[in-house]
Amino acid sequence: MTLDKAKIGQRIVIKNILDDNIRVQAIRLGLYEGAKVSCSAKIPFGPIILGNRLQEIAIGRELAKKIKVDVIN
Amino acid sequence: MNCCEGLKIDIPKGAKKIVLAGNPNVGKSVFFNALTGVYVDVSNFPGTTVDVSHGKFGDDVVMDTPGVYGVSSFNDEEKVAKDVIIYGDIILNIVDALHLERDLFLTLQLIDMGKPVIVALNMMDDVERNGIKIDVEKLSNLLGVPVIPTIAIKGKGIDEVKKNLYNARVGNANPHIMKYLKDIVEKVEHQSEALLILEDDDEFLNAYGFSRMNLREEIYRLRRQAVDEIISKVIINDNEKNSIRQKLGYYMLNPITGIPILAVVLYIMFKVIGVFVAGTIVGITEETIMQGYYEPFVKGIFANLFGDNTVLYRAFAGEFGILTLTPTYVLGLLMPLVIGFYFFMSLLEDSGYLPRIASLSDKVLSFFGLNGRAIIPIILGFGCITMATITTRLLGTRREKIIATALLGLTIPCSAQLGVIAGMIAPLGAKYLLIYLVTIFFVFALTGTILNKVLPGESSHLFIDLPPIRMPRISNVVKKTWTKTWMFLKEATPLFALGAVIITFLSETNLLVVIQNFFAPFTVNFLKLPKEAANAFIMGIIRRDFGAAGLTDLTLTPEQTVVSLVTITLFVPCIASIIVMFKERSKKEALTIWLGSFIAAFLVGGILAFILI
Repeated sequence: MTLDKAKIGQRIVIKNILDDNIRVQAIRLGLYEGAKVSCSAKIPFGPIILGNRLQEIAIGRELAKKIKVDVIN
Repeated sequence: MNCCEGLKIDIPKGAKKIVLAGNPNVGKSVFFNALTGVYVDVSNFPGTTVDVSHGKFGDDVVMDTPGVYGVSSFNDEEKVAKDVIIYGDIILNIVDALHLERDLFLTLQLIDMGKPVIVALNMMDDVERNGIKIDVEKLSNLLGVPVIPTIAIKGKGIDEVKKNLYNARVGNANPHIMKYLKDIVEKVEHQSEALLILEDDDEFLNAYGFSRMNLREEIYRLRRQAVDEIISKVIINDNEKNSIRQKLGYYMLNPITGIPILAVVLYIMFKVIGVFVAGTIVGITEETIMQGYYEPFVKGIFANLFGDNTVLYRAFAGEFGILTLTPTYVLGLLMPLVIGFYFFMSLLEDSGYLPRIASLSDKVLSFFGLNGRAIIPIILGFGCITMATITTRLLGTRREKIIATALLGLTIPCSAQLGVIAGMIAPLGAKYLLIYLVTIFFVFALTGTILNKVLPGESSHLFIDLPPIRMPRISNVVKKTWTKTWMFLKEATPLFALGAVIITFLSETNLLVVIQNFFAPFTVNFLKLPKEAANAFIMGIIRRDFGAAGLTDLTLTPEQTVVSLVTITLFVPCIASIIVMFKERSKKEALTIWLGSFIAAFLVGGILAFILI
């Protein structure tokens, strides 16, 4: 599934980021293939907030559609 | 190749270059101040300053760099940081202990560059408060460089860092990456250059005639894995409890609570800046101090010098005099407003609220071909369009920059203008305020939507780090407010003086009447305003608030007031922002925006006049 379908509180693992430019930048912030993060908030119709421990990243909804993830557990 | 060619920093022979590097908002500036004793701008939003501050530490030179997540060229900040870091002799890497997994990526990259590195593990109090324990000694061993725990804002550990600065060591580079690097290192001057070539940095690929290796992702992944491995070894007790500050962060993001919070914040800003400062404070500074004491004083001096009915008297101390009108406007009217505005901006920046506003407004701005980051130049625009136009650089694509620049130039009134507008519209009551707001918002939405449709290409998406919510330090906020106000005054005062000279010239030569008459068909028939309103429009080209203030002298009906305020708001931005617009955008784009706002202002003003009057 894609990231925009993730639900708040879900633990997810990143499978692939289908945007070349963002993919490289995302690795630096800890989002890469195999990284486990949680969906900590979702702004209705707006960005998805991913949390990795105390680190948080806001990802635009359209971009989230280009990020493939799997739900853990 | 040499360091800092673009920066023009004078580095004495034999002096070492000590470079401060770190992610955004890790407290770099506090270290910079402690080492050099000079203040620099501290900002909580990634990417609001691209300047490099530098100072002295003993005989050596200390250079600050913009906060970055890694050394590469994804944006201006990174290019500047790269330029400084790559030729540094000692790197003081400031790390936010609470965000170790994010910050260590840069640390490992610096170590892979083969630079002598010392790490200041900052914000250790945050770590303790969150119930986390970090094995500092083990971290130091794994990295191969000294690691000093610090709480910089309380001054803890700073002396230790100073003492150990020259103990910086070349750390344990990533063996997998070094294997790739081996062949390149022999062909270039510095290992740092070799690393950037390996990571496909265009600047160094071109400089040394290498072709892309397409290994960057692989290198980044190896580095990321190394970070994760280190984290798993050094973080002993990881308590994942939600702190109050984290909860507050979520409340700011969730629209149900976030929009009311934003509304309250904006309302407080309006009450303080628009009502208290623009009314009470400006009443004292402009009327009592400047017009009551200062102007009569200057007029007296010049009347004695030149007589009170000469051109020179009028040029210096007359109605539009350089020494009367200019200081009264700049110091009496503008300065209190600008101080008020920058004070709030600094609070928003330093508290970490600004990126959350960006996330919250992402959806709305997407209708206009912008992402949430564009809220920064837009909010800044309410302070000063000139400054806001410069910050459109932080937007991802050319089309976003054009859209944001056009919206700023056309629809956003700057703080000085806002004060005058608020002062004129407030006595008219809610109905006219509503007409004004709806018209301006309508033009904003229409312009944004049309540009989004017309301009080719695609806009970039929101992808930002949300810094933790922090209590802003009041001393820092005050310093920042003053620095920015001072910069603004330095920039604005000569333009005001120029404006005063031009207006005096026009009025002395009767050209003002000629221009008034030339525009009279427009102003009188189309906008249905008195022909003297043309004065305000002419002055508006010099500075927008100048123009708005010119309207206060006219006797207008409420309808005429709204029409003239709408026209003056949409009207061409001030000379300073036009200059910046031409600098930042291409000539064709800047000219289109400039003329476009001219036409839009009169068209919308005319339509409104047709409906209302």
